[in-house]
Amino acid sequence: MALDAATIEKLIKDGLPGARVTIEDLRGDGDHYAALVVSPAFKGKTRVQQHQMVYAALQGRMGNELHALALQTSASEE
Amino acid sequence: MTTDATVTDRIKQDIADNTVVLFMKGTPVFPQCGFSARVVQILTQLGVKFKGIDVLADPAIRQGVKEFSNWPTIPQLYVKGEFVGGCDIVSEMYENGELKQVFVDKGVATRT
Repeated sequence: MALDAATIEKLIKDGLPGARVTIEDLRGDGDHYAALVVSPAFKGKTRVQQHQMVYAALQGRMGNELHALALQTSASEE
Repeated sequence: MTTDATVTDRIKQDIADNTVVLFMKGTPVFPQCGFSARVVQILTQLGVKFKGIDVLADPAIRQGVKEFSNWPTIPQLYVKGEFVGGCDIVSEMYENGELKQVFVDKGVATRT
Protein backbone atom coordinates (compact mmCIF):
# COMPACT_ATOMS: atom_id res chain seq x y z
CA MET A 1 0.00 0.00 0.00
CA ALA A 2 1.41 3.32 -0.99
CA LEU A 3 1.39 6.47 1.07
CA ASP A 4 0.57 9.82 -0.43
CA ALA A 5 2.95 12.74 -0.12
CA ALA A 6 0.62 14.76 2.11
CA THR A 7 0.44 11.92 4.65
CA ILE A 8 4.21 11.58 4.72
CA GLU A 9 4.59 15.32 5.16
CA LYS A 10 2.06 15.39 8.00
CA LEU A 11 3.70 12.49 9.83
CA ILE A 12 7.11 14.11 9.64
CA LYS A 13 5.77 17.50 10.76
CA ASP A 14 3.84 15.91 13.64
CA GLY A 15 6.97 14.10 14.76
CA LEU A 16 9.27 17.08 14.26
CA PRO A 17 7.31 20.23 15.02
CA GLY A 18 8.51 23.28 13.13
CA ALA A 19 10.26 21.23 10.46
CA ARG A 20 10.20 22.35 6.87
CA VAL A 21 9.40 19.37 4.68
CA THR A 22 9.68 19.23 0.91
CA ILE A 23 8.49 16.07 -0.75
CA GLU A 24 8.89 15.05 -4.33
CA ASP A 25 7.15 12.06 -5.91
CA LEU A 26 10.04 10.80 -7.98
CA ARG A 27 8.19 8.57 -10.38
CA GLY A 28 4.65 9.76 -9.95
CA ASP A 29 3.70 6.30 -8.69
CA GLY A 30 3.07 7.19 -5.05
CA ASP A 31 5.80 4.79 -4.00
CA HIS A 32 9.14 6.46 -4.61
CA TYR A 33 9.66 9.75 -2.85
CA ALA A 34 12.46 12.11 -2.03
CA ALA A 35 12.16 14.27 1.07
CA LEU A 36 14.17 17.21 2.27
CA VAL A 37 13.62 17.86 5.97
CA VAL A 38 15.00 20.96 7.63
CA SER A 39 14.57 21.17 11.39
CA PRO A 40 16.39 22.97 14.19
CA ALA A 41 15.95 19.74 16.21
CA PHE A 42 18.72 18.23 14.04
CA LYS A 43 21.32 20.60 15.43
CA GLY A 44 24.26 18.75 16.95
CA LYS A 45 23.02 15.37 15.70
CA THR A 46 24.89 13.12 13.31
CA ARG A 47 23.36 12.43 9.92
CA VAL A 48 22.44 8.92 11.05
CA GLN A 49 20.65 10.34 14.11
CA GLN A 50 18.82 12.91 11.97
CA HIS A 51 17.52 10.23 9.64
CA GLN A 52 16.56 8.06 12.63
CA MET A 53 14.47 10.95 13.94
CA VAL A 54 12.60 11.18 10.64
CA TYR A 55 12.10 7.41 10.56
CA ALA A 56 10.77 7.57 14.13
CA ALA A 57 8.28 10.22 13.00
CA LEU A 58 7.12 7.83 10.27
CA GLN A 59 6.26 5.31 12.99
CA GLY A 60 7.44 2.13 11.36
CA ARG A 61 6.07 2.89 7.91
CA MET A 62 9.50 3.30 6.40
CA GLY A 63 10.60 -0.02 4.97
CA ASN A 64 7.00 -1.24 5.04
CA GLU A 65 4.21 0.71 3.28
CA LEU A 66 6.81 3.24 2.33
CA HIS A 67 9.31 1.46 0.17
CA ALA A 68 11.47 4.27 -1.07
CA LEU A 69 12.01 7.61 0.57
CA ALA A 70 15.30 9.21 -0.35
CA LEU A 71 16.07 11.38 2.61
CA GLN A 72 18.10 14.50 2.99
CA THR A 73 18.22 16.28 6.32
CA SER A 74 19.62 19.57 7.50
CA ALA A 75 19.57 21.59 10.71
CA SER A 76 19.29 24.92 8.93
CA GLU A 77 18.45 26.45 5.58
CA GLU A 78 21.59 26.88 3.56
CA MET B 1 8.52 -8.79 16.75
CA THR B 2 11.77 -9.09 18.65
CA THR B 3 14.97 -10.65 17.54
CA ASP B 4 16.46 -13.47 19.55
CA ALA B 5 19.94 -13.24 20.97
CA THR B 6 21.57 -15.67 18.55
CA VAL B 7 20.63 -13.51 15.56
CA THR B 8 22.00 -10.40 17.27
CA ASP B 9 25.17 -12.32 18.11
CA ARG B 10 25.61 -13.35 14.49
CA ILE B 11 25.23 -9.76 13.35
CA LYS B 12 27.74 -8.57 15.96
CA GLN B 13 30.14 -11.34 14.91
CA ASP B 14 29.90 -10.39 11.22
CA ILE B 15 30.57 -6.76 12.08
CA ALA B 16 33.48 -7.70 14.35
CA ASP B 17 35.07 -10.13 11.88
CA ASN B 18 34.96 -7.89 8.82
CA THR B 19 36.37 -4.39 8.53
CA VAL B 20 33.73 -3.27 6.05
CA VAL B 21 30.35 -5.00 6.02
CA LEU B 22 27.41 -4.27 3.77
CA PHE B 23 24.05 -5.75 4.68
CA MET B 24 22.35 -5.81 1.31
CA LYS B 25 19.70 -7.39 -0.90
CA GLY B 26 21.44 -9.86 -3.18
CA THR B 27 25.17 -10.31 -3.51
CA PRO B 28 27.86 -7.83 -4.53
CA VAL B 29 27.96 -9.52 -7.95
CA PHE B 30 24.18 -9.71 -8.32
CA PRO B 31 22.50 -7.02 -6.23
CA GLN B 32 18.71 -7.49 -6.12
CA CYS B 33 17.79 -3.89 -5.39
CA GLY B 34 18.82 -0.55 -6.83
CA PHE B 35 19.78 0.92 -3.47
CA SER B 36 22.05 -2.00 -2.62
CA ALA B 37 23.53 -1.85 -6.11
CA ARG B 38 24.31 1.83 -5.65
CA VAL B 39 26.32 1.25 -2.46
CA VAL B 40 28.17 -1.70 -4.02
CA GLN B 41 29.05 0.57 -6.93
CA ILE B 42 30.38 3.28 -4.59
CA LEU B 43 32.51 0.86 -2.57
CA THR B 44 33.85 -0.65 -5.79
CA GLN B 45 34.61 2.80 -7.14
CA LEU B 46 36.60 3.59 -3.98
CA GLY B 47 38.40 0.26 -4.23
CA VAL B 48 37.27 -0.80 -0.76
CA LYS B 49 37.13 -4.51 0.04
CA PHE B 50 33.92 -5.43 1.82
CA LYS B 51 31.90 -8.37 2.97
CA GLY B 52 28.39 -8.42 1.51
CA ILE B 53 25.70 -10.12 3.56
CA ASP B 54 22.60 -11.04 1.62
CA VAL B 55 19.59 -10.39 3.86
CA LEU B 56 17.24 -11.96 1.31
CA ALA B 57 18.93 -15.29 2.07
CA ASP B 58 18.04 -14.99 5.75
CA PRO B 59 14.83 -13.33 6.97
CA ALA B 60 16.05 -13.42 10.58
CA ILE B 61 19.10 -11.34 9.70
CA ARG B 62 16.98 -9.05 7.53
CA GLN B 63 14.72 -8.19 10.47
CA GLY B 64 17.51 -8.46 13.04
CA VAL B 65 19.83 -5.95 11.45
CA LYS B 66 17.03 -3.39 11.19
CA GLU B 67 16.49 -3.64 14.94
CA PHE B 68 20.19 -3.83 15.72
CA SER B 69 20.94 -0.59 13.84
CA ASN B 70 17.61 1.10 14.59
CA TRP B 71 17.40 1.61 10.85
CA PRO B 72 14.36 0.54 8.82
CA THR B 73 15.88 -0.11 5.43
CA ILE B 74 18.52 -2.13 3.62
CA PRO B 75 21.36 -1.57 2.60
CA GLN B 76 23.31 -0.77 5.76
CA LEU B 77 27.02 -0.08 5.77
CA TYR B 78 29.28 -0.80 8.73
CA VAL B 79 32.93 0.24 8.89
CA LYS B 80 35.02 -1.08 11.78
CA GLY B 81 31.93 -1.87 13.80
CA GLU B 82 30.37 1.54 13.30
CA PHE B 83 27.13 2.12 11.41
CA VAL B 84 27.80 4.63 8.65
CA GLY B 85 24.36 4.77 7.06
CA GLY B 86 22.08 3.56 4.32
CA CYS B 87 22.05 4.36 0.63
CA ASP B 88 21.18 8.07 0.96
CA ILE B 89 23.84 8.87 3.54
CA VAL B 90 26.51 6.76 1.84
CA SER B 91 25.74 8.43 -1.52
CA GLU B 92 25.82 11.91 0.00
CA MET B 93 29.09 11.18 1.81
CA TYR B 94 30.60 9.71 -1.34
CA GLU B 95 29.71 12.75 -3.38
CA ASN B 96 31.18 15.26 -0.92
CA GLY B 97 34.31 13.20 -0.22
CA GLU B 98 33.43 12.40 3.41
CA LEU B 99 33.14 8.67 2.78
CA LYS B 100 36.67 8.34 1.50
CA GLN B 101 37.83 10.26 4.58
CA VAL B 102 36.01 7.78 6.84
CA PHE B 103 37.98 4.93 5.26
CA VAL B 104 41.24 6.87 5.47
CA ASP B 105 40.63 7.82 9.11
CA LYS B 106 39.82 4.24 10.02
CA GLY B 107 42.84 2.89 8.19
CA VAL B 108 40.87 1.04 5.51
CA ALA B 109 42.70 0.64 2.21
CA THR B 110 41.17 2.48 -0.74
CA ARG B 111 42.25 2.91 -4.31
CA THR B 112 44.67 5.82 -4.46
